[in-house]
Amino acid sequence: MPAIHLRLGAFSAALAVLAVTSSGALAQKKYDIGATDTEIKIGNIMPYSGPASAYGVIGKTEDAYFRKINAEGGINGRKINFISYDDGYSPPKTVEQARKLVESDEVLFIFNPLGTPPNSAIQKYMNSKKVPQLFVATGATKWNDPKEFPWTMGWQPNYQSESRIYAKYILKNKPDAKIAILYQNDDYGKDYVKGLKDGLGAKAASMIIAEESYETTQPTIDSSIVKLKSTGADVFFNVTTPKFAAQAIKKMAEIEWKPLHFLNNVSSSIGSVIKPAGFENSQDIISSNYLKDTSDPQWKNDAGMMAFDAFLTKYFPEGNRIDASVMYGYTVAQGLVHVLKACGNNLSRENIMKQAASINGLELGGLLPGIKVQTSATDFAPISQLQLEKFKGEKWELFGEIISGDVGG
Amino acid sequence: MELFTNQVLAGISTGAIYACMALAVVMIYQAIDHLNFAQGEMAMFSTFISWQLMQWGVPYWGAFVLTLVLSFIGGIAIERLLFKPLAKAPILTNVAGFIALYSIVNSVAGLIWDFTIKQYPTPFGSYPFLGSQLISTHQAGMIGVTILLLIGLFFFFRFTRMGLAMRAAASLPESARLVGINTSWMIALGWGMAAAIGSIAGMMIAPVVFLEPNMMLGVLIYGFAAAVLGGLTSPLGAVIGGFLVGIMENLAGTYIPGAGNELKLPIALALIIVVLVVKPAGLLGRPIVKRV
Amino acid sequence: MSAIEETVTEAAAVEAVPKKAMTLGYGTSLAVLVLLIAVPLLVKNFIIFQLTMLLIYAVAVLALNILTGGSGQFSLGQSAFYAVGAYTSAILMEHGGINYALTLPVAGVICFGFGFLFGQPALRLSGVYLALATFALATAMPQLLKLGAFEYWTGGVQGLVVTKPDAPFGLPMSQDMWLYYFTLAISLAIYIFSVNLLRSRSGRAFMAIRDNEIAASAMGIDVALYKTLAFGVSAGITGVAGGLGAIAVQFVAPDSYTIALAISLFLGMVVGGVGWLPGSIVGSAFIIFVPNIAEGISKGLSGAVFGVLLFLVIFLVPHGARQGAIVVQHLIGKLRGN
Repeated sequence: MPAIHLRLGAFSAALAVLAVTSSGALAQKKYDIGATDTEIKIGNIMPYSGPASAYGVIGKTEDAYFRKINAEGGINGRKINFISYDDGYSPPKTVEQARKLVESDEVLFIFNPLGTPPNSAIQKYMNSKKVPQLFVATGATKWNDPKEFPWTMGWQPNYQSESRIYAKYILKNKPDAKIAILYQNDDYGKDYVKGLKDGLGAKAASMIIAEESYETTQPTIDSSIVKLKSTGADVFFNVTTPKFAAQAIKKMAEIEWKPLHFLNNVSSSIGSVIKPAGFENSQDIISSNYLKDTSDPQWKNDAGMMAFDAFLTKYFPEGNRIDASVMYGYTVAQGLVHVLKACGNNLSRENIMKQAASINGLELGGLLPGIKVQTSATDFAPISQLQLEKFKGEKWELFGEIISGDVGG
Repeated sequence: MELFTNQVLAGISTGAIYACMALAVVMIYQAIDHLNFAQGEMAMFSTFISWQLMQWGVPYWGAFVLTLVLSFIGGIAIERLLFKPLAKAPILTNVAGFIALYSIVNSVAGLIWDFTIKQYPTPFGSYPFLGSQLISTHQAGMIGVTILLLIGLFFFFRFTRMGLAMRAAASLPESARLVGINTSWMIALGWGMAAAIGSIAGMMIAPVVFLEPNMMLGVLIYGFAAAVLGGLTSPLGAVIGGFLVGIMENLAGTYIPGAGNELKLPIALALIIVVLVVKPAGLLGRPIVKRV
Repeated sequence: MSAIEETVTEAAAVEAVPKKAMTLGYGTSLAVLVLLIAVPLLVKNFIIFQLTMLLIYAVAVLALNILTGGSGQFSLGQSAFYAVGAYTSAILMEHGGINYALTLPVAGVICFGFGFLFGQPALRLSGVYLALATFALATAMPQLLKLGAFEYWTGGVQGLVVTKPDAPFGLPMSQDMWLYYFTLAISLAIYIFSVNLLRSRSGRAFMAIRDNEIAASAMGIDVALYKTLAFGVSAGITGVAGGLGAIAVQFVAPDSYTIALAISLFLGMVVGGVGWLPGSIVGSAFIIFVPNIAEGISKGLSGAVFGVLLFLVIFLVPHGARQGAIVVQHLIGKLRGN
């Protein structure tokens, strides 16, 4: 009996001490659910299975990067606990996983969930719960809407502003162009087409002479290319994902169709698109980018690229470095680490959004020189700059100025 | 008119892909009297094996033959290990097994070779064929291979003991057993042959669509459609079905105003259903009379 | 290949399930019901949401079970009916401002009509041919939903966001809990309706067709009518499930209703036991929870783990949960006998 008393006494004394220290700490530290003195719990949703499983590598890269951060001591002494779930690119499953992360795993926020339909499905939920849906992995324009959805923030340049850049180029350099478009029949493809039409303005109707769409279930798009060639178009706007982009480039060479070729940034990777399609078939294609291409020899001795390679060797050796998604995941994870560092000891959800909305001219190793991450309370589009590039030999030649192409949500 | 000819030619060249796959579908249907949903994935896996062999320095034809043999053995192994135990289970349970196999093969391939597309070589080159830019030498070669396969299958089923035994085992298993055919091994053999034909289809298709774990997903849907259209019991029907689906799809996309372009696949599928309603056993399939 | 027409006595694709064996005893039913009512009071909102989805998919699996287990017709296209139901509810709620509860009967009726019409050409098809036709329907559905012409109503590729209903009459419960009980009530009604349907004259007709179509028609059953009716009923119920799904998930988009959903529902039916209605909830649990388990075991190989688990289940119980239930019943019988 006395022993127990003693222990109880010791226990309550310990409690008292704890109460004192924690109330003292409260003065400086602020936490929401999911953050403690030792840990930051981050949720993530990726299509590890299903039709979009090619993008699952983004989640794996992020996981590897956070392991690196943890191995190097964490963020302000706190380790990152990265919980990533699979939604198979099916919106109902995304809702289930998001609710699991928020209500069951009790994460501080959800970071970089992938895809427009999955993110649309959870946007309302995240905002009503006031849990950040940070740096979503989609290029739709609607994520930059701080008034309606103050808890949702985009990351990459949006599709529409990218095609506006091409529109501007066409109007300036080829004002009498006859444009043929091939696009994927979904939100992504339609956004690109809309951007181009808006960019061309009143001339869109007369300049665009053919539009073809394809479904991802189609084995090939060869017949669309044949058809577009027969329209006599001299500009080709190629809004396709990597596999179909490579097919298009190859088929165009086979049937000797040589229009001025604009390839969307989604498929501009040298390693996973241009090389399989053939360098000789890809000469003079115009695209735009904000990331450094990992297969491009011009970045061989670049400090940012060397850091990337060191990270891959040590923490993600199974990752395929030519896959553009790996560089994407690496860069967005760095962006998040910047935000969390800026939060200091105030890890409330409100402060995370506040810090995410006050990034000023952040440069990251994977971004093209001169491209900066920039946000404000009214600008929830972190990266909105791109640079045009033309494929020459075995590399992309950047040309022109860095262009900012914000399109409001 | 030129557009019409172009679209027909383009349809034939995509149709060759479907025809190739449809042959493999017919093969397995002959052996097990059912469609195998994992067939496309098995073909994809075989193609990856051949790609890996070539990466290791095996020349094209060496890799081709080796892959055929490995696929044949693999097909038999899958049947013995996974589907023989289900032989007495209901058909729908077997279908669930196909779906499970699909899921396993796709996921394993994704883990081993990841999802970036791979360039796949062709033995025929990819130049304009006979001056026509619409059909490349590879596509002509693929059509040639399909026809060779077709002739081979025709002779196999018509004139060899084994072919006859296999057909007997699939269509009338009890009677076949009575005349001394080992029906269980016939099924395994059918799996092996279907896997081997699938691997040829995969190796022919990969240069066109690029090699990656999801490459057969769309091809299989069209392969099924082609086989069903032509009649599941007829290899010739399957090949004709393949070309027809390719052509129909292109013409629907070109000539049906408005929705044609967005609804190529649904229109092609609807046409097939119309054909089936008129001819329930497909164009060249033999009708089956049911008895009470 | 041979010119001679072959004559085959084909075994029915779906084995006969006696109609008594299609349901649970009263005692067991009551126990399950009590469990379904009590559990939400004890768990977090997220689990309640998962349970709601469990009920919704169970209803959809049940609908397929009526079609396949009841009338012997095979469908890989249930996702299409589910999608039509979901969009009907979503459009009525968001564009028409109609109360969510009232949208469900509309969804059911529209899907019934759609299924009945689809059943007409399907009449001429059976086995793999019917499988392909329904498969085609499921593949085509997302493309139809994306169609530019309907974009004003469907939201096109972007989909529609649906508002989640609050508990009525100021009941002190969360939205999730209210929706759960709402769904439970509807599921129960559908379950009781289905059990009675299969026990009725129509149900007997369905099963006669399933067991032997030619014999059934010889007995004077209007095969065409009952086969299309089975399609209609199945589609109608699936449509109600789709409507409920749209309300629970608060979002509809073409990507939500791909062939993957149809395949999941099919797997749910097989795992639950073809023709055994209570198995629907077991099948539904399988398709919701097993992918999560698989993912927990290995992220990179989640598909493979799922496949292996599925193989394990069909190896152990090729007839699905029904077989498991029979084993348990025998065990209980033995214990009582002692």
